[in-house]
Amino acid sequence: MKQAELFTTPLNQLCAQMPELSDFFTSFGLEVTQYAGDVDNLLASLSATQIEHLGMTQAQLRTALQDYVTGIEALDADDSRVRSIRILPGRDKNGHAEAFELELVPGQIVSIVGPTGSGKSRLLADIEWVAQGDTPTGRHILLNGAQPDPKWRFSTRHKLVAQLSQNMNFVMDLTVEEFIRVHGESRFVPDLEQKIEQVQDLANALAGEPFAPTTHITALSGGQSRALMIADIAILSSSPVVLIDEIENAGIERKKALELLVQKEKIVLIATHDPILALLGEKRLVISNGGIKQVINTSAAERANLIELERMDRFMMELRQRIRNGETLEQL
Amino acid sequence: MKFITVSGPPSSGKTAVILQVIKAMQQRSIGVGVVKFDCLATDDDVLYARHGVPVRKGLAGPLCPDHFFVSNVEECLEWGHSQKLDVLISESAGLCNRCSPHIEGITAVCVIDNLSGIGTPKKIGPMLKTADVVVITKGDIVSQAEREVFASRVVQVNPSALTMHINGITGQGAYELSTVFYAAPETDNLQGFSLRYSMPAALCSYCLGEKRIGKQYQMGNVRKIQLGKEEGPKP
Repeated sequence: MKQAELFTTPLNQLCAQMPELSDFFTSFGLEVTQYAGDVDNLLASLSATQIEHLGMTQAQLRTALQDYVTGIEALDADDSRVRSIRILPGRDKNGHAEAFELELVPGQIVSIVGPTGSGKSRLLADIEWVAQGDTPTGRHILLNGAQPDPKWRFSTRHKLVAQLSQNMNFVMDLTVEEFIRVHGESRFVPDLEQKIEQVQDLANALAGEPFAPTTHITALSGGQSRALMIADIAILSSSPVVLIDEIENAGIERKKALELLVQKEKIVLIATHDPILALLGEKRLVISNGGIKQVINTSAAERANLIELERMDRFMMELRQRIRNGETLEQL
Repeated sequence: MKFITVSGPPSSGKTAVILQVIKAMQQRSIGVGVVKFDCLATDDDVLYARHGVPVRKGLAGPLCPDHFFVSNVEECLEWGHSQKLDVLISESAGLCNRCSPHIEGITAVCVIDNLSGIGTPKKIGPMLKTADVVVITKGDIVSQAEREVFASRVVQVNPSALTMHINGITGQGAYELSTVFYAAPETDNLQGFSLRYSMPAALCSYCLGEKRIGKQYQMGNVRKIQLGKEEGPKP
């Protein structure tokens, strides 16, 4: 939309073209969907009380409106698809150069391992901030092989990394359906009704115990919350990278969850020391003293062992189930 | 010297965020000092001092904290110069959501937390709406979806700001924020500068210490709720 049109088109027409605009005005206490004048007519007609409600001057509101529209239009830009993330080597805490250059592509699972304080968070922060030699490690991040557009650093709507945090609870008081809707609306997601159903179905497939769309999210179990969070990230989040800080074995199919994210063309990074999760990745980055010290490709022998590890995992789960059922473990 | 105003609702994590930013700056040998504004009591100055940060505190007492801020801010800059600081940060609590210590031409930061609820951004006035940088804290306690919804509500009321997620406990994002702080313009003094938005208006009998309730005691700038008719800012 041209600058001039934004300020000369009647607001009712403008809101019909761009429904997100009515949300903008509502958050300043103004209902404009029926208003036949343009923005400047509206600003000139405000009473002293209404101006007080704005919390900014009319001139500031005008600028904010321009920036808001620019932000929405940037969402449709086609350079928003990330086909590769390249990490150019920096240095560790002692200033020694890193020996590895890495390329991450959608559909890949990469584990990140190393003791607490080794620099795992710094590596992820470098990716999130799209480091350009201006962080303590001196690393450079390239997107699609080139120096990235600053929007990846500065725009809230173009975040490279979605993070599945360790916490397992929601704080909003909404039902499952309302929650997915609020999230979808905030991201201007098209075909929202269909997406809401998809998220619900996937979350139910991941969670051991199914839940209804009318359940309050604060009442979900740990496993159900996790399942909903993962399904929501897979379907509604636009960030190309998903960072997972361990996935507990809490009533959720971890392997299925990772497969889902990979299918949705996410780059999945897992900070974990769980052997099964680590081996599900195609490689592991070993972090030590602030730098990438080693890159281990999951070998054929490790993959074979993964089958054995999964068998052991299932065995432990069965034992858990037997304890839950009140059985004894005198015979394993 | 660079000057940055940091404000935000009580308990949103201002001090924790500033301390993390200062740590990142101290590692690069940048001299940072803080002036902490509060109402009745604060121990934050002790906290800053413990981290080797030159600090002064100002308690507004019975005065509007923002009026108190703007009446003292020039002297704070002089103090910063006398300490030979590279960066001076002012920290003030936005107690009435109508506060706005932000100054034209001075980097303005608002700290707000994910736990305050998605309705909060639109309830906060110029302190949030006219800020250059909005720092969102406590992101580790909520889900990715909740973070995205909250951030989008912030963008709705302040689309021009740089919005950043900072973890005040682990410091995640603080290094990045410190580079934004350090990009602030050099400011020698505030002569000829002005506030971005007018401060809460006052001057009624209660400002001057009146305690009795009743029409006959109300004088000066008094406004009444129109309880008879529906209040609603519809054009």
